[in-house]
Amino acid sequence: MTDMPVGERRQLAPPVDDSGVLGWIRRNLFSSWANGLTTIVLVLAMGWVLSWFLEWAVFTANFTASTGAECRGQGACWALIREKYRYIFFGSFPYEQHWRPLFAVIAMLAMLILSADRRMWNWRLIVIWGVGSFVTFLLMFGQLHLPLSLVLFIAMVVGASGMSLRKGIGSPTEILAYRVAAAVGLVGLVLRIVGVLPGWSLAIAPLPYVETGLWGGIPVTIILATYGLAFAFPYGILLALGRRSNLPLIKGLCVGFIELIRGVPLISLLIMASVMLPLFLPSGVTFDKFLRAQVAVILFAGAYIAEIIRGGLQSLPKGQFEAADAMGLNYVQKTGLIILPQALRVVIPPLINTFIGFFKDTSLVLIIGIFDFLNTANQALVDPNWAGFPGEVYLFAAFVYFIFCYSMSRYSKYLEYELNKGTRR
Amino acid sequence: MRKASMAVAAGLAAIFSSTGAMAGKDLDAIKARGSLICGVPTGVAGFALADSQGKWVGLDVDVCRAVSAVIFGDSEKVKYVPLTAQQRFTALQSGEVDMLSNNTTETLTRDTALGFDFGAVTYYDGQGFMVNKKLGVKSAKELNGATVCVQPGTTTELNLADYFRGNKMSFKPVVIEKVEEVRAAFFSGRCDVYTNDSSALYSTRAANVPPPAKPEDFIVLPEIISKEPLAPVVRHGDNQFADIVRWTQYAMIEAEEYGITQKSVDEMLKSENPVIKRILGVTPGMGKALGVDEKWVYNVIKQVGNYGESFDRNVGSGSILKIDRGLNNLWTKGGLQYAPPIR
Repeated sequence: MTDMPVGERRQLAPPVDDSGVLGWIRRNLFSSWANGLTTIVLVLAMGWVLSWFLEWAVFTANFTASTGAECRGQGACWALIREKYRYIFFGSFPYEQHWRPLFAVIAMLAMLILSADRRMWNWRLIVIWGVGSFVTFLLMFGQLHLPLSLVLFIAMVVGASGMSLRKGIGSPTEILAYRVAAAVGLVGLVLRIVGVLPGWSLAIAPLPYVETGLWGGIPVTIILATYGLAFAFPYGILLALGRRSNLPLIKGLCVGFIELIRGVPLISLLIMASVMLPLFLPSGVTFDKFLRAQVAVILFAGAYIAEIIRGGLQSLPKGQFEAADAMGLNYVQKTGLIILPQALRVVIPPLINTFIGFFKDTSLVLIIGIFDFLNTANQALVDPNWAGFPGEVYLFAAFVYFIFCYSMSRYSKYLEYELNKGTRR
Repeated sequence: MRKASMAVAAGLAAIFSSTGAMAGKDLDAIKARGSLICGVPTGVAGFALADSQGKWVGLDVDVCRAVSAVIFGDSEKVKYVPLTAQQRFTALQSGEVDMLSNNTTETLTRDTALGFDFGAVTYYDGQGFMVNKKLGVKSAKELNGATVCVQPGTTTELNLADYFRGNKMSFKPVVIEKVEEVRAAFFSGRCDVYTNDSSALYSTRAANVPPPAKPEDFIVLPEIISKEPLAPVVRHGDNQFADIVRWTQYAMIEAEEYGITQKSVDEMLKSENPVIKRILGVTPGMGKALGVDEKWVYNVIKQVGNYGESFDRNVGSGSILKIDRGLNNLWTKGGLQYAPPIR
């Protein structure tokens, strides 16, 4: 500065423009010779792979062939998907009734999407899941028989949980209502089991009955994953709380269960449920195969969720527990109102991660002869008229799985952002 | 205590609405239920698979349909339960299914120790050899010194070694675990011969030949070197049901032998041949002896077809698999399918 003669200004070259598209390219892709070369080589390689793929998947592909033989020797045989897509999506469900699983899937997706909205995370969630599940299973089964024992069981559970959660908070009439519900449910169930009450059931039968053996394809995958996780969630919470319990028996049972389930692969549980369980049951008693697989998924997912939730519980500072104790809350109130809301918020992203994992793991049910989405896709390959195009079928299946899993992972990202608003700077 | 546990069991049953099959009389249970529960494989080309409409078709499926036609007069009253090879015997033992038509090889231990009874053989399978036509080989006896593609760990590998040693020939095995890779190795010319169960060889030839080559370029040699008689299976304990399953198959074979087809069955009702009259129930007695409707064979042939028709439609010349009748031809035409007389 000091050397520069007064009154004279040196003309500097304008700075390199690093704004805009060109600037971004220059800054990120061609910042040095080596980087520029790498970029060019990679772009060429990508272009080569892509052109090969497009050639196969689009330009020489056959979309209209009526048999597999017509497809041979050309590009991708998408005609196979065209021929088989209804089977791949809905399995052996009666062909002319395919609208039922279609709407069942829509109902389940609506249910999942609605419950993804944080504004619904209150009593509305129960309504959404109640209505959604009812519609789904009514469409899938065609007929629902709600037995008296189920109604009584629900009354008992609602009454008992209301009694303990609202103790000292709700008005006396509210508490009385819970007590009545619990008492009616309990007495009714006992009477029903002893045999005083008749085996009455409410029949809702607008459509022909379709048994679970005929279910297949995407509804099976979604039902197994959704209800597997939905039931595993409360179960996992109980396991996690049990593992942190001071009572040695409960703690031991929970630890034993979690470690046992986590120590074996899901396949072995499924094989146990489908091959071993019938041997232990008295002869003539069989459980629905689908229900067995569902229970196996619930048990398995429960153990994993329990460990995730335990992580959330451990992340809470001890002060929270002490503050709850200081306010005179009992164990159920402390856990339900203070601890769990905070702990669960922390673990929602890993929970969704587990959900994504289980959405794909459900395809293991194919080893026990249940036709989930991947297995119906496999079946499409067996048809000798269309055999020999595994690439097309698996790409299609992968595409559908990707749509589901990617949307879940985006949702998880959004939730992370939403829930950390309080701690983010 | 016993009462309490029973009450609990009853309560559980009420909650889970389990399906309690009747013990003992399987046939009574089937009739009371109004449908036959049939265990089929989970997808074997030509034998059992769900088509584009989700309907089960195949040679194994036709066995179930025929038994249903005999019991109910309607071949569609079947519930199919797809079962893997591990599951199938438990499913039958526990009463989850009434019968298996599951590509099951009949063996002594399965017939005795597992507590099953086998019906009549529906398909004589066995290990065979496939070669490229260019090799000019007409018989497995000419395969001395050949390279053979085979999957490890199965009886296939052992049978292969036994066969070549027994015939004082040498061979070079190419052992590959995955079936897709074995096929690829064979079609690319890495080995001269591919060995497997002959039904699998035919379906490979029909569906997996890579484009420039044609299925006709490959032949399955006539020699069959192992015995795999596939038959339907039922539980011990209901002899009448076992009889029905066995005689349904015999009736389909008998119908083929006497030329009774799906098309001609109505004509045949007027036949003067006493054997045909007995088979079709025009002369009553056979149905009564079996404890079913007198028109039992008529219903099977009308709705499912005779054995030859079922074979052609599913695996034979009428299908894409194009399996030769070979051992599965009638005894009158040099095969093994031989039905005792219906009289």
